[in-house]
Amino acid sequence: MAQEYLYPEFQVVRDLSRCTGCRACAAQCANGVHRYDADRGQMVSDETRCVNCHRCVAFCPERALKIVKDRQCFRENDNWSGDAIREIYRQAASGGVLLSSMGNAKEYPVYWDRLLINASQVTNPSIDPLREPMETKTFLGKKPDTLRRDAAGRLVPELPPQLELDTPILFSAMSYGSISYNAHESLARAAQALGTCYNTGEGGLHRDFYRYGANTIVQVASGRFGVHRDYLEAGAAIEIKIGQGAKPGIGGHLPGAKIVGDVSATRMIPEGSDAISPAPHHDIYSIEDLRQLVYSLKEVTRGEKPVIVKIAAVHNVAAIASGVARSGADIIAIDGFRGGTGAAPTRIRDNVGIPIELALAAVDQRLRDEGIRSSVSLIAGGSIRSSADALKAILLGADAVYIATAALLALGCHLCRSCHSGRCNWGIATQRPELVARLDPDEGAQRLVNLVTAWTHEIKEMMGGMGINSIEAARGNRMMLRGVGLNEIELGILGVKHAGQ
Amino acid sequence: MAVQETYALGQRYIGCGAQWGKITVTQVPGNALGAYLDGGEIEVLCSAQDATGDTMNAGEIVVHGSAGDATGYAMRGGAIYVRDNGGYRCGIHMKEYRDKVPVLVVGGSCGSFLGEYQAGGTILVLGIGCEDRAPVGNFCGTGMHGGRIYLRTRFLPPNLPEQVAVAEPQSADLERIRPLVGRFCEKFGGDPESLLAGHFFVLTPNTSNPYHQLYVNN
Repeated sequence: MAQEYLYPEFQVVRDLSRCTGCRACAAQCANGVHRYDADRGQMVSDETRCVNCHRCVAFCPERALKIVKDRQCFRENDNWSGDAIREIYRQAASGGVLLSSMGNAKEYPVYWDRLLINASQVTNPSIDPLREPMETKTFLGKKPDTLRRDAAGRLVPELPPQLELDTPILFSAMSYGSISYNAHESLARAAQALGTCYNTGEGGLHRDFYRYGANTIVQVASGRFGVHRDYLEAGAAIEIKIGQGAKPGIGGHLPGAKIVGDVSATRMIPEGSDAISPAPHHDIYSIEDLRQLVYSLKEVTRGEKPVIVKIAAVHNVAAIASGVARSGADIIAIDGFRGGTGAAPTRIRDNVGIPIELALAAVDQRLRDEGIRSSVSLIAGGSIRSSADALKAILLGADAVYIATAALLALGCHLCRSCHSGRCNWGIATQRPELVARLDPDEGAQRLVNLVTAWTHEIKEMMGGMGINSIEAARGNRMMLRGVGLNEIELGILGVKHAGQ
Repeated sequence: MAVQETYALGQRYIGCGAQWGKITVTQVPGNALGAYLDGGEIEVLCSAQDATGDTMNAGEIVVHGSAGDATGYAMRGGAIYVRDNGGYRCGIHMKEYRDKVPVLVVGGSCGSFLGEYQAGGTILVLGIGCEDRAPVGNFCGTGMHGGRIYLRTRFLPPNLPEQVAVAEPQSADLERIRPLVGRFCEKFGGDPESLLAGHFFVLTPNTSNPYHQLYVNN
């Protein structure tokens, strides 16, 4: 590696007084960091291969291992960071486009951390969720503007199709191919147990998972992989993916190396062939064209399933969402620029798009101003890290939130951001059978259920504190938010007052 | 599925997702005719508009005229026969998997971007009536990484991208084309042998991993 001027980013610290040479670390590391050196009679490490995923640390029975950031450093300054220098060396050596995983890694403001939630005092007393019913049930879909009664005065039910969720938290799109069979099974089973939905992403739906259809959102993206009548019929809702927060404006390339076995069969493309999803849908050049796709999907499913249109949060997102709301979509999903991905060009991940907080507030306000807010539901995603983020999103105007990075963390992901390598030691972002087997779907599903159950309870507590007993009453209730350390323009876009006001 | 007897001029989504039965369309249909078609048979006795056979999975669509843009977009199976011309972006994103090999046959010419991002399937353009020029527009097969395009012409299309390899048809190719030309003539008339006697080019991708060298891990 010396000729590439790249030095290991992490140091493998092995306490030789504890290490018994059991080689568990070597067995666990698909990157080949650890090996037993027979001549020296001890374990040795090749740090250049380490991605700091902690698999070896977690599995060392003697707690003899630590992975620490290597103190070897460039002569950094505030302009030329170590990352900026390293990236130049990588590109100078390869001529390649930098490829990264997971969400935007740069220091942009996280507005969730600048928003504070209200609580009742004295008047309008708070509610104890352990004693009183708190409603987290959420219906996503178009709500009618008017009610109609027949001659006998009975309501005529004309409700468009709704996605009924027990909690306003859904698992966001991750394709089978980008993540493993066991990861998909964990998500599907957890969604079923929680009364919510997971999302297939653009990789088709494995035959084994059709039985979770009532808790599945099936995705249709520009590559149309795995899209056919049965697939569309199988889901509870259909999502048209226009954009993704981690890489707005570009498509996806699942490398041929990941198109193996059942992934190939599920996408219905030959093994080893790249799966290329182009940047645009080549039949969508206007809102009218989008409307054509929305209605063709409704037509083939007899109008029984809500259609979601997922867009990335970009500069004109409010105007775009207004157009999407008029395309016939039942639900708009907005994905902020901190959303994760299995692989994205680094420059796009880190420099394109806008924060979900601002995008969501702008969209909600625009749809209200135009009197069409009730004609669509909004799902916000793009780095919802906790129940507080989720509730703040709802208070800013979301009907529900998408989580994906948080869900992967629940499954064991340590955010080493190396998904694109296909060597995920936690059995999540890989198709290697011996690695996939490391993720037990029973345990995975249970951990996801635990996470979302805990979040849902926390949401109830925070809502109760505000004297609010349903998601319905919290949605878009921006009086319950205050900003801290934000300027007037930011407060104006978010539609909240400053703390103390 | 109840089979509708008559269709309005410009009606969209005719035969959308149909799994059986035969639909005959006598006036120009709207966009997305036979979208997600899953086994039915559709015969259009005039021209069709855009997105005919979008994401179709099985069955057959026969157009006794021309078809508009994005005909056969993301086809996964079945066959589309167009007597006259196709619009822009025909057959883009066609795929194939084992025995599911979609087929798009166009009698005349096609616009630009024919077979863009093609990942599988067979596109055959017969070039009838435009023997003095290439029967396709610009950027034919851009991003192609699977399948094959047969052009009956003596003129190579302009602006062929780097990853498209051009060859003369081999006997296996002729075996593949023969039944398609046969079906074309069965539907629209003409002599299969004289069509087959023409000169063909075969366009195939020279890699199934066009982006392999593009990236460096970061």
